[in-house]
Amino acid sequence: MTIVAHERFQSPADAPDYEIDRVNPVGAGAAAITLKGLEKSFGGNRVLRGINLHIPAGQFVAVIGKSGCGKSTLLRILMGLDAPTAGELHFEDAAGTDTQANARIVFQEPRLLPWLSVAENVVVGLGDKIDKRVALRGAEAALSEVQLSEKTGDWPSQLSGGQRQRVALARALVSKPGVLALDEPLGALDALTRISMQELLNRVWRELGFTAVLVTHDVSEAVHLADRVIVLDEGRVALDLAIPHPHPRRHGNADLAELEGRLLAAILGSDGGH
Amino acid sequence: MSTFDTPIGRALTERKTVKAGFRLSRPARATLLPYLVPVAIIAFWQLGCSVGWISSRIMPSPADVARAFWSTTLTGQLPHDILVSAARAFGGLLVGGSIGFLLGIANGVSKVSEQLTDTTLQMLRTIPHLAMIPLVILWFGIGEESKLFLTSLGVLFPVYLNTYHGVRNVDRDLIEMGRVYGMGSWTLFRKVIFPGALPSIFVGLRYALGIMWLTLIVSESIAASSGIGHMANNAREFMMTDVVVLALVIYALLGKLADVVARALERRALRWNPVYQK
Repeated sequence: MTIVAHERFQSPADAPDYEIDRVNPVGAGAAAITLKGLEKSFGGNRVLRGINLHIPAGQFVAVIGKSGCGKSTLLRILMGLDAPTAGELHFEDAAGTDTQANARIVFQEPRLLPWLSVAENVVVGLGDKIDKRVALRGAEAALSEVQLSEKTGDWPSQLSGGQRQRVALARALVSKPGVLALDEPLGALDALTRISMQELLNRVWRELGFTAVLVTHDVSEAVHLADRVIVLDEGRVALDLAIPHPHPRRHGNADLAELEGRLLAAILGSDGGH
Repeated sequence: MSTFDTPIGRALTERKTVKAGFRLSRPARATLLPYLVPVAIIAFWQLGCSVGWISSRIMPSPADVARAFWSTTLTGQLPHDILVSAARAFGGLLVGGSIGFLLGIANGVSKVSEQLTDTTLQMLRTIPHLAMIPLVILWFGIGEESKLFLTSLGVLFPVYLNTYHGVRNVDRDLIEMGRVYGMGSWTLFRKVIFPGALPSIFVGLRYALGIMWLTLIVSESIAASSGIGHMANNAREFMMTDVVVLALVIYALLGKLADVVARALERRALRWNPVYQK
């Protein structure tokens, strides 16, 4: 995958207000996502009430909000796991082709097949129309990307929780997707593993330049990783905030902490003005 | 072997064996220990017969059984009967097991198939299949068909139930993952559903093996002109208790052998499972 040359901003002061998509490298296959008036109801329950969003190719978007705000439903619709009740959804890469089928997801649980070796699990990400030896070589490359080269022959049950989630990430990345959806992928990990996984996610995203949509309830994770944070509240976009800081970001940055505070206030504010 | 396999427990048992002046390596002990009780039983049995506590008309001594084994082997009767019985048993397992397996898969995967046949199967399952013997003799006489029919019927239900249960209990999340990653129905079955159901299918298989021998013994004792069951029944008429007991021993050995093979297959097929890893 070639990576389009880009300018890296030296400090936040250099960054323009909202031209986020130029801050980061954009991968060749990265797709832009457009949502128009997207709605979803389960029975009489309106989970999404008209979402309008444009996510430029290569952008890292975090979607946060309280439980039940519709963020997971939004991700499931993006992945084609659920159909929207109303509205439109478009995926479009630089060549103008619809690449929804090429989108990949990492779930909260690794969801590895326990009866396949680590390498074979990654091969699952390439589909079954590919030559087995080519697929295995691709899997080995993806595993070295997530620093698990020495575990290719192990069973998933022999790995730690963080390692399993890295295998799941390798499985998602092995097909070089234009869009990577992440459904609270680090939610089940301990704090230290989570931080190293954040660094890993950030690094592979910068290298490969896919469009990333991260659903999380961890505000600091969202601020640390994303170009843009969207707060969902009762099925609507309550806040759409740009985080124009250069990557990689350091934990404990004062500007980021301030943004984190604003986002927390926005999420909790709807609770009755704390 | 200590009940709690902790370093301290291990140290304690090890020290004890040293004190007794008798020491076996742990793996050797683990292999030998299960045979201790059967060997002791046979020793006491032989002792009882030799001393005259047990009448040979009621119970032959192990030595008599061994002699019966030797003479029937020399005449070729025993090998022939074993082959006949084993062929019947595994023929029934193959037919009944395949039907049960296919129905279990179909009903686990397809809602329509399940609604169509599951209730009927659950109803038939409650009939003790040995109650069919009078009808089976009327239908097939005492030929091979009757044995094949009964063993097939006996093994069908445990294989069906466990296959169905296994398929239904495959992790929904894994199936969803397979769909998102673009697996077609056949790949999904081959890579996710079948391996996920396999532990349960093996439970059904081992259960079916037990029923297989049971059915065969009963049907051979009642209606057969060859096989181990027939050999035992024939010996009863001539009061040859040694041959009767020999038949029991052969059944025990065949049953154990089938279980050992099933276990080995299970360990090979489920080696990904931490339970089967050393």
